[in-house]
Amino acid sequence: MAEAIFGAEAIFGTAAVFEKFPDEPAVKALASLATDAKYDRDELTLTVARESVVAACQALREAGYIFFEDVTAVDWYPSEPRFQLSYSLLSFKLKRRVRLVVRLAGDDASIDSITPIWPAANFYEREVFDLFGIHFGGHPNLRRIMMPEDWEGHPLRKDYPVEGYR
Amino acid sequence: MAPIAAPDQINPGIEDVVADSERRHHGNDPVSDQTMVINMGPQHPSTHGVLRLVLEIDGETVVSLAPDIGYLHTGIEKTCEAKFYQQVVPLTDRIDYLAPMINNTAYALAVEKLLGLEIPPKAQWLRVLFNELMRINSHLVWLGTHAMDIGALTVFLYCFREREQLLRIFEAVSGQRMMTSYIRIGGVSLEPPIGLFDDIRAFLADFPSKIDQYEGMLQNNPIWIQRLKGVGYISPEDAIALGVTGPPLRAAGIDFDVRRDMPYSSYEKFQFNVPVSTDSDVWARYILRMQEMRESIKICLQALDGMPEGRIVADSPKVILPDREQMKTQMESLIHHFKIVTEGFAVPAGEATSSVEAGHGMMNYYVVSDGTAKPYRVHMRNADFANLQALETMCKGRLLADVVAVIGSIDIVLGAIDR
Repeated sequence: MAEAIFGAEAIFGTAAVFEKFPDEPAVKALASLATDAKYDRDELTLTVARESVVAACQALREAGYIFFEDVTAVDWYPSEPRFQLSYSLLSFKLKRRVRLVVRLAGDDASIDSITPIWPAANFYEREVFDLFGIHFGGHPNLRRIMMPEDWEGHPLRKDYPVEGYR
Repeated sequence: MAPIAAPDQINPGIEDVVADSERRHHGNDPVSDQTMVINMGPQHPSTHGVLRLVLEIDGETVVSLAPDIGYLHTGIEKTCEAKFYQQVVPLTDRIDYLAPMINNTAYALAVEKLLGLEIPPKAQWLRVLFNELMRINSHLVWLGTHAMDIGALTVFLYCFREREQLLRIFEAVSGQRMMTSYIRIGGVSLEPPIGLFDDIRAFLADFPSKIDQYEGMLQNNPIWIQRLKGVGYISPEDAIALGVTGPPLRAAGIDFDVRRDMPYSSYEKFQFNVPVSTDSDVWARYILRMQEMRESIKICLQALDGMPEGRIVADSPKVILPDREQMKTQMESLIHHFKIVTEGFAVPAGEATSSVEAGHGMMNYYVVSDGTAKPYRVHMRNADFANLQALETMCKGRLLADVVAVIGSIDIVLGAIDR
């Protein structure tokens, strides 16, 4: 069970997390891909580079995290790298979820789509594209989903005023 | 578990549906050899709000379909970033407006995780009790509208009769019929009034016979059976690949319920069954939800029987508003009250995900804090949004009239999809 493997105190850094949870399938799967790791508040967060997101998702799916929950972004404007993409994956068997994080620079906010692995990412990636302006390469239908087609700007960016531009 | 085979094709967009229809000229329709593109919604009564579908039909058969959403987009996630943590609670009510307390619970759990708050048992039991009553409320609206879409108008009136009793219970406990905001960060907002538990018991004692009544009206009705059985099939592999959760996932044979498998708010202390089916059609989803209502009654009764004594909010003066009595007699409490109301409370930096089983499926809240009194980012993962992606797979190759049955069976609320 989850309690047996995970403790309570926060741990930062790949070395410390990998040492603490050597048997965790997500850690094993991303042993070579993870650039950073965090274990905080009973949640495992693994960071990978932008180029390896598809490989990382594939590896996690093979490790048992077969259910894609969602992907969303956080805009850390004005600091760089500006965008943080958080993928949430769930394992039915382990009854545990893992968060996969990718950081993107503000002037080159694009990443490969994971729709070939999980078609469920379709709407979520469209939502992130619509509200944050992050481009997903290889997405079959990357159009605005919430806002009208002719909308200008990406509302969930931090430099977009809460009241809008009008 | 079997490896996922990705569905052959990812859901098309509206433009794809139109473009494809222009390319195809091989319809089976005896009258015309061309397919037709039709628009359904956003004002269509059976789309449960403002869902718009663009359908390509060949005679009466659906060739492809694309949902168009966003008509109810109000930017709740953006608004959350401009509010104090406690002020976000009323916004969460408006997401899945058929089960506001489940939304409140999910949000409160995420913030409590960031704060490291310990919730007293009585508050947890009250949360469970009202979460389950909300589930019944949500399922009653589903059953009424689903039956109405299919043509059984009477069931709607019966369901709303019981829902009215539930809304009175919610009004008694929170002062509001629908947008209750009852579950707050740190616990619940008010002590339940004297006699409320008796009212809930009376409702629960009566309700199983009411479920029998609904089933009496529907279960043996040949029209109901024919419209539901075998309609809207989705394979378990597709259901996982498309992110389906809740009753549609369990109807496809995947035995997963957040309440049992990743318990929150003391659900591990309650005994209940998770109904599962393998038929994966509209009928299976109907049966499952009817069983879920009966299970909810069991959980509610356990919560009432075992209701602990004690506080209803966590003991954390810097986060929780003080008691009115204390506020008027103790200087410290007055200062805390003033601080919390005017400045909010700072939440330690970090990120947290909470997950609950809502009436429609798994609901996650992802809250990111930068250490200030306002959330840096709040993201809601609603089952409705992901389940809608499976609509195309469920409807393809079926009759146009079945689309209405399938929309009813995945039970969507557009407030939760568009946010």
